[in-house]
Amino acid sequence: MTISALLAAPSELTDVASSKTAIVLMTRIRLARNLAGTPFPGWAKPAQREKTLETCRTALESASPLRRAASAAVGELSDLDKLMLVERHLISRELSGSAGPAGVVINKEQTVSVMINEEDHLRLQVLRAGLQLKKAWGAINDLDSALEERLDYAFSPTLGYLTACPTNLGTGMRASAMMHLPALVISSQMERVVRAVNQLGMVVRGLFGEGSDASGSIFQISNQTTLGETEEQILSRLGSVLDTILEHELNARAKLLETDGAKLYDKIGRAYGILQQSHLLSSSEAMNLLSLLRLGIDLGAFPAGTRAITDRLLIEVQPGHLQHAARHELEPGARDLLCARLLRSEFANFAKPDFMLGGRN
Amino acid sequence: MPNPLKCSLCTQPATVHLTQIVDGKVHKVDLCEACAQAKGVTDPSGFSLSDLLLKASLAPSAAAGLRCEQCGFTPGDFKKHGRFGCPHCYETFQAMLAPLLENMHKGVTHIGKVPRKALERKSLYDRLTRLESNLGDAIKAERYEDAARFRDEIHEVRQTFEPPPAQS
Ligand SMILES: [Zn+2]
Ligand SMILES: [Zn+2]
Repeated sequence: MTISALLAAPSELTDVASSKTAIVLMTRIRLARNLAGTPFPGWAKPAQREKTLETCRTALESASPLRRAASAAVGELSDLDKLMLVERHLISRELSGSAGPAGVVINKEQTVSVMINEEDHLRLQVLRAGLQLKKAWGAINDLDSALEERLDYAFSPTLGYLTACPTNLGTGMRASAMMHLPALVISSQMERVVRAVNQLGMVVRGLFGEGSDASGSIFQISNQTTLGETEEQILSRLGSVLDTILEHELNARAKLLETDGAKLYDKIGRAYGILQQSHLLSSSEAMNLLSLLRLGIDLGAFPAGTRAITDRLLIEVQPGHLQHAARHELEPGARDLLCARLLRSEFANFAKPDFMLGGRN
Repeated sequence: MPNPLKCSLCTQPATVHLTQIVDGKVHKVDLCEACAQAKGVTDPSGFSLSDLLLKASLAPSAAAGLRCEQCGFTPGDFKKHGRFGCPHCYETFQAMLAPLLENMHKGVTHIGKVPRKALERKSLYDRLTRLESNLGDAIKAERYEDAARFRDEIHEVRQTFEPPPAQS
């Protein structure tokens, strides 16, 4: 299977699986691993990096969770393929910009991806729609154990897995959840949440936009520290932080409805109108509108089954995916035209908002 | 005029000031416009404050004059890249790293997953290497009884483990 064939297929994120969950869109866990006695990619000579790429690719291709996976050297990928892989969270921007020998292996379902020669020799990642910390950990732990049969990892009994950057030492694990938090953004509580979450040793990042004003009100919450705790302890700490944020978001929604329901419905109704009727939409404006619509679905104003559509579109309105759909490169202006056209057609027959369904005014 | 704060990464006056509170500890970093741009502070998706703090708070003097014997890395290189050169650097620059880790992580000792298979393989491999060297010595010294014993042991170890992958 090639990367192009893979990109033509729906991913875990664009899949209907996500319709089951509202506030947490996806869970991701990554593990940083390195080969013993081998310079880290950022310091290795090209010949050493080439050898690492080969060693890792061979080991990965024979590991059972990655049989029939797509695999490519970064140099073999087009700019558009790389951009789409970034938008699907399958590779990092750093890897996509990498000049030397580097590569990626991705399973058919697009739930497992492994970057080779990014900051570390190996960056394993497992991705699941919805909130699935335990399942994601189970899957990545198995993959890691399978690879350990074939590769000698750099490991110290006291410092754990040795990584290029000391911030990843120990477990080498970064677990994260992507959360949709529109009510916390609308009620200006996000900054306070970010501060509180930081105090608990977790990091909040706007996934697509600037700071706490993220496009689409989508945020990524992840653990900051990797050493001194077991993987299970880190995951359970993260899990309880996520539960708390989730609760705050639900409370914020209830409060908004109670104090100024009309204003909230107005926002959602206008978003619906623009999505149906506009002719020029930037990716980031489209994401904000889709985010409001998604909130409307959660509040019962649209049928629950439509959440799968907004979740797919949140990915498809991004620049790489728009250009892929157009089959050629587009200037930003032409992209906005195409983005609006895509959304007009998607929303032409979309159910009208019914704010009575939610049981409110 | 008050003395302006200097950039933590170069010597230009700092205009960007960042604060992060992690586990009740306050971390501050001051940057000039150019460094803030270069480090992607303006692009939150690609920006890691912890990474910056790491470089800014580093005191390479603790490891002055040291050089990793396996990869040639120096403390100056770390200050520049914020990354180590190879796994062995962690032994070489232990003194420089220790105070950093306390601020950076929950603890300073790993208690998580252990690559059991890889460690077993390594200990068998180390034992084999030792036996082979013993065998060589015994033959040279014409201690043939010892040599026979080492040869038997080597045979035994070889039976219990598959050869390590090509990279080692
Ligand atoms: Zn500077
Ligand atoms: Zn080194």
